[in-house]
Amino acid sequence: MGRTKFIVGGVLILAAVIYLIFSATKANAEYFMTVDELKAKGASIVSQDVRISGAVVGDTIQYDANTLTLTFDVAQVPGDQKEVDAEGGLAAVLHAAVIDPNRARLQIIYNGPKPDLLKNEAQAIMTGHLDSNGVFHADELLLKCPTKYQEAVPNQVGG
Amino acid sequence: MIADFGYGVIVIAFVVALYSVGAAIYGERTKSANWVESARRAMLLLWPLISLSAASLIYLLITNHFEVSFVYEVTSREMPTYLKITAWWGGQAGSLVFWSWLMAAFASLVTLRKWDRDREFLPWVIVVTSITTAFFLGLVVFYQNPFAFYWSGANGNLIADALGNPITSMFAPIAGASIYFPSDGNGLNPLLRHPGMIIHPPMLYLGFVSFVIPFAFAIAALITGRTDDRWIRITRRWTLFAWLFLSCGLVLGSRWAYDVLGWGGFWGWDPVEIAALMPWLTGTAFLHSVMIQEKRGMLKQWNMLLIILTYSLVIFGTFLTRTGVLSSVHAFAQSAIGPVFFVFIGITFVGSVALLIYRWPDLRGETEMKSMLSREALFLLNNLLFISVLVVCFWGVVFPIISQLFTGQTVTVGPPFYQTAVAPLFAALMLLMGVAPLSAWGLKEMKRMDLEEWAVLEGANIAVTILLSLTWKVLLEQLGNWTLVVIFLAMIHVSILMLYFFKHLVWKPTIGAAAITGLIYAFYTQSVLALFGFFLIALVLLVTIQEFWRATRARSKATQENFALAFWNLFGRDRRRYGGYMIHISMMLMAIGILGINLFQVQTQGTVPLNNSLSLSGYTVKYDSVAQFSGPNGQQVTRAVVSVYQGNNYLGDLYPRIDYYPSQEQNMTIPGERSTLKDDLYIILVDWQPASTNGATFKIFVNPLVNWLWIGAILFLFGIIIAAWPDRDAERVPERARRVHRTENKQTSAAD
Repeated sequence: MGRTKFIVGGVLILAAVIYLIFSATKANAEYFMTVDELKAKGASIVSQDVRISGAVVGDTIQYDANTLTLTFDVAQVPGDQKEVDAEGGLAAVLHAAVIDPNRARLQIIYNGPKPDLLKNEAQAIMTGHLDSNGVFHADELLLKCPTKYQEAVPNQVGG
Repeated sequence: MIADFGYGVIVIAFVVALYSVGAAIYGERTKSANWVESARRAMLLLWPLISLSAASLIYLLITNHFEVSFVYEVTSREMPTYLKITAWWGGQAGSLVFWSWLMAAFASLVTLRKWDRDREFLPWVIVVTSITTAFFLGLVVFYQNPFAFYWSGANGNLIADALGNPITSMFAPIAGASIYFPSDGNGLNPLLRHPGMIIHPPMLYLGFVSFVIPFAFAIAALITGRTDDRWIRITRRWTLFAWLFLSCGLVLGSRWAYDVLGWGGFWGWDPVEIAALMPWLTGTAFLHSVMIQEKRGMLKQWNMLLIILTYSLVIFGTFLTRTGVLSSVHAFAQSAIGPVFFVFIGITFVGSVALLIYRWPDLRGETEMKSMLSREALFLLNNLLFISVLVVCFWGVVFPIISQLFTGQTVTVGPPFYQTAVAPLFAALMLLMGVAPLSAWGLKEMKRMDLEEWAVLEGANIAVTILLSLTWKVLLEQLGNWTLVVIFLAMIHVSILMLYFFKHLVWKPTIGAAAITGLIYAFYTQSVLALFGFFLIALVLLVTIQEFWRATRARSKATQENFALAFWNLFGRDRRRYGGYMIHISMMLMAIGILGINLFQVQTQGTVPLNNSLSLSGYTVKYDSVAQFSGPNGQQVTRAVVSVYQGNNYLGDLYPRIDYYPSQEQNMTIPGERSTLKDDLYIILVDWQPASTNGATFKIFVNPLVNWLWIGAILFLFGIIIAAWPDRDAERVPERARRVHRTENKQTSAAD
C-alpha cells in the first residue's frame, strides 16, 4: 500500500514531465538547414519556421538606420562538421564560401540593431522563414567569428 | 626558452599526476602506508609544478611573446597588463592549464586536512583528483599546448599546412625551420574585455573544480564500502563552496550579457549557458537531498547518483564552453579535443555507475518513507523537479544531434522550447518552497481524510478548474497555445490541493499572498501568468518570513533576549536552515526580476535628429549630442549623450556608446542604463550620422523589475555564506548519527 502510492505518484510526475518535454519540442522544433537544403525544399518550406546557417558576404551588407532594416547575403557552407574539418576548419570554409561566385546565396532581411559581430566571412545562424520571393526573413540572428589565421598573422618582425 | 621551460614543467606535472595515481592504487592494494604517503607527496607537488608553468605562461603573455601562438591569439601590444594576465583563461589552451591549476590547488588543500579518522579514503581521493588533473594536463600536453610556436621555413615564410593554417608545435616541424615572430598579436576579443567577463570564467571554474572534491569522496566511499554519510559530512562545505562559485559565475555571466551584448536580456538559453546551468541543477538537488540522508538516513543511492551526474556534467560543461561543438554565440574557440572529452566522460561515468551498482545493497535507506506529505517526500519531489529541469536542458542541447542521427535532418529547439518546458517546473518548485519548510520530518501518515472530505475538496477544486476553463479565450490569448493552457490549469489544480493539505500551516500566508495578488491585479497587471507567478512568490516570501517570525519569537521568549538579538542568534543556532531560508527569499526576489523582464519588457526604436526625442512607457529620451574620441585600449568610441525625462521631470543623462576596435574590426555596443527598483531604462545607440544631418538611431528597452534579479543575487550570496560559515565544532556529528551510534546500528557503526 505504502509503496504503490509512491509508485503511482512517481509515474504521474514522470508522465507529466514527458508530456511537457514532448509538447514543448513539438511546438518549437525548427529544421536546421544549409542554404542548399533550403533552396532544394523550394516552395514547400515557404513561411515555415526554420533555422539556417551560412557565411556572411561582406559586400552585400546594407543597413537602413531609419527603419533598422538590415539586408545581406549568406553563401552556402556545409552543415556537417566532418566536411568542415576536411576543408580545413570553419574559418577556411567560410572564406572559401564567400569568394566562390558559384555558391548558392540567400538574401536575408532582419529588423533590429546591426549586430556587432556582423562582418565579412562571419558565420550567421538565423531563425525565420522564407517568403515566396525567395528572401529569408530572420527573426533571430546569431553570429560567430572564427579566428582567421591566414590573413591575421602579420609579417615577421624586421622581415 | 621560457616557453620550453613551461611546457617541460607541464609534461613533468603530467607524469607526476600519473605516478600519484599508480602509487596510491598500489599502496592501497598492498596496504603500504609508504606508497600512499608517496602518492600524497606527489599530489602535493602538482600545484607548485603547475604554478611554475602558469607563471611562465603569464610571463610570455605580458612580455608580448607572439611567436607563441596562444599569446598571439589572445593578446596584443595595446592591451593593458592586467588584461594580458587575464588572457590566461581567455583562450582554450590557457584555460585548460588554469583548470588543472585550480584542481591541483583544491586537491592539495584536501590532502592537507587531518585524515586520522578517514585514513582509508585518502588513497582513493588522491586517485580521483589526480586522474582528473592528469586528464586536463594530458589535453595540454598532447592536444592544446599553450606554449607551441609558429615556425618559418628557409625562405622566411610562415609554415602552414595544405589548407593554409599555420603549423604550431614545440619543436621544428621540418629541418632548418626557425621560430616565426609576428610583430603584434591578434588581441583578446573586445567583447571579453569586461570586468564581469574577466571574473566570470574563474568563478565558473572554481565552482566546477570544487564539485570534484565531493565526487572524489563519494567514489572513495563506494570503493572502501564505508557507505554511511561520513563522506557527505566531510565534503558539505566543499559542496556549498562549489555551489557558491557556480552561482556567482552564472550571475556574473548574465550581468555581462546584459551589459555588453546589447540585446536587452541576460539569458538566451544558449548551449554554453546551459552547460554551466546543468551542474548547478544537479548540485542544487544534491544539496537538498544530502540533508535527508543526514537527518533520516534515506536516499543514499540517489545522492551517489547525483554527485556522479554532477561530476560528469562538470566535465561536459568544460567541454561545451571550451570547444564550441554546438552553434553558440559563446563559441570563441573550436578544436578537435571533443572525442577525447567524450571518452573521458564515458569511462568515468560508466565506471562510477558500475561502482554504485556494486554497492547498491549497502546503500539502502535506514527508514522507509511513510507519507507523501512528509518533508523527505517533498524533498524528493524537489529533487525530481530539478532533475526534470536538467532533462529538459539536456534534451534541448542534444536534440539536434539526436535528430541528425535518426532522421538525417537536423532539428533544433530555441529559447521558446526551454521557456515552455521549464516555467511550469520552476512554478512547481516555488510551490514546494512554500510548503516544504513547514512539513514535518518523518511524518507517519496524514490524518486520514474520509471519503466525504475528499469528495468535497476534489469537487470544489474541479469546479474551480471548470470555472477557470470558462475563461479559455483569455487564457489562450495570453498563453499562446493549448498545451500551455492545459499545463496552467493543472498547475492551479495541484496548487489548490497542496495548499489544502497544509491548510493548518499556510492559511495565513495564503490569504496574504492572495491579497497581494489582488492588489497586483488592481494596480499593475492583468496577465494570468504574471498573477500566478506573483502569487507563488508572495506565498514563499510570506511563509519564510512567518518561519523567521515564529522562531525568533520562540527564542525571544525562551531566552529573554530582545527581538533583534534573538533574530541574530537564530542564524548562529542553525546556520544551514536559516541561511537556506535566506536563499529561498533571494530566489523569490530573483523570480520577480525574471518575471518582469520576460513578461513586461517593452521596446521601441527610431531615428531622431539632434534635440528631438523618443518616448516609451512614461520615459522621454532626448538626443543631446554625439562625440567621437579614442579610448584607452585603442578603440574608437562613439558616444551619444541623451537626457532622460519622466513626464517633465529631468532624471539625468545616459551615455549609450559604440566602441570600434580597429585591429579586430569589431564593434562593441555598450548600452546606457538607468536602474530603479521599478524598471530599467536600457538605451542602445544603433547608428549615427554627423550631427548636422540625420541624427542618430536608438533602440530603447524598458525592463520592468529586472533590478530585483541582481538584488536577489547579492542576498543569495550572503545566504550561502551564512549556510557555509564554519561551526565552532567543525565536523560535528548530527543528532541522528549520535542516536544511531548509541543504538549501535550495525550499518553505520563504522561512522566514527
